[in-house]
Amino acid sequence: MLLRFAVGGVVVSVFALLGDLLKPKSFAGLFGAAPSVALATLGLTVMKNGKAYASLEARSMVLGAVAFMICAWLTGRTLIQRRTSVLATTSAAIGLWFVCAIGLWFALIR
Amino acid sequence: MKIKIDTSGLKESKWYEYLIRFLFGGLVTATAGIIAKRYGPEIGGLFLAFPAILTASATLIEKHEKEKKEDAGMQGAVRGKLAAGVDAIGASMGALGLAAFALIIWLKLLDYRTAIALTIATIAWFFTAVLVWKLRQVIGKRIKARFSVSGVHSAAELRRNRS
Repeated sequence: MLLRFAVGGVVVSVFALLGDLLKPKSFAGLFGAAPSVALATLGLTVMKNGKAYASLEARSMVLGAVAFMICAWLTGRTLIQRRTSVLATTSAAIGLWFVCAIGLWFALIR
Repeated sequence: MKIKIDTSGLKESKWYEYLIRFLFGGLVTATAGIIAKRYGPEIGGLFLAFPAILTASATLIEKHEKEKKEDAGMQGAVRGKLAAGVDAIGASMGALGLAAFALIIWLKLLDYRTAIALTIATIAWFFTAVLVWKLRQVIGKRIKARFSVSGVHSAAELRRNRS
């Protein structure tokens, strides 16, 4: 678990750093949705649980990514049009991600 | 809009801001592993696409933009929110690339060596995200051009004129 934590922290930080280096902001934002957690995890998962297990995880990840797209887009539109608090809006977006991801999973996979 | 590398963003960031991202990243990765172990790969997999640094990035961008404006003697609150909003829209385009990444791993991991599958999927993430970003730029430009030809300057104005 400690290895996962360290690898995850490093991979996420590297992609975030890449985002800091790039302009314009909308392009840099692409790196906010980099597959950092997946890259840090999938290799270790294959070694421990095998490819079939990792492949099943990736199937659910597609739905997680769709939920990410919905919540990030709504966050962006809300901040630009309504100029709400950034912390409150992004925190609400995390909640929305949970609802969308679990909802999609229930509707399409379960 | 041209894509540029600008190192000034690195100077604005403080060491603890990098530490926060590292901790968030590590925490989410470890939690995804724990959830997969407890509830199985189907639920655990959802968390591979968890918006790990959405909140941390947006608040940092807001802070930096606000400070920049205030250093120039102007109000920076609105600018900070707009910059964070634009970054989040970028992340939503990146998330489409993330879906492409996951799709490739799901369908091809069993056929290829893990390292090769991960490399192909990462390349697919990058090109899908950039393609969507570019398409949005082109479509945005065309819509702007159409509005300016018809003497209308925004979508809201167009709706008002129609009604």
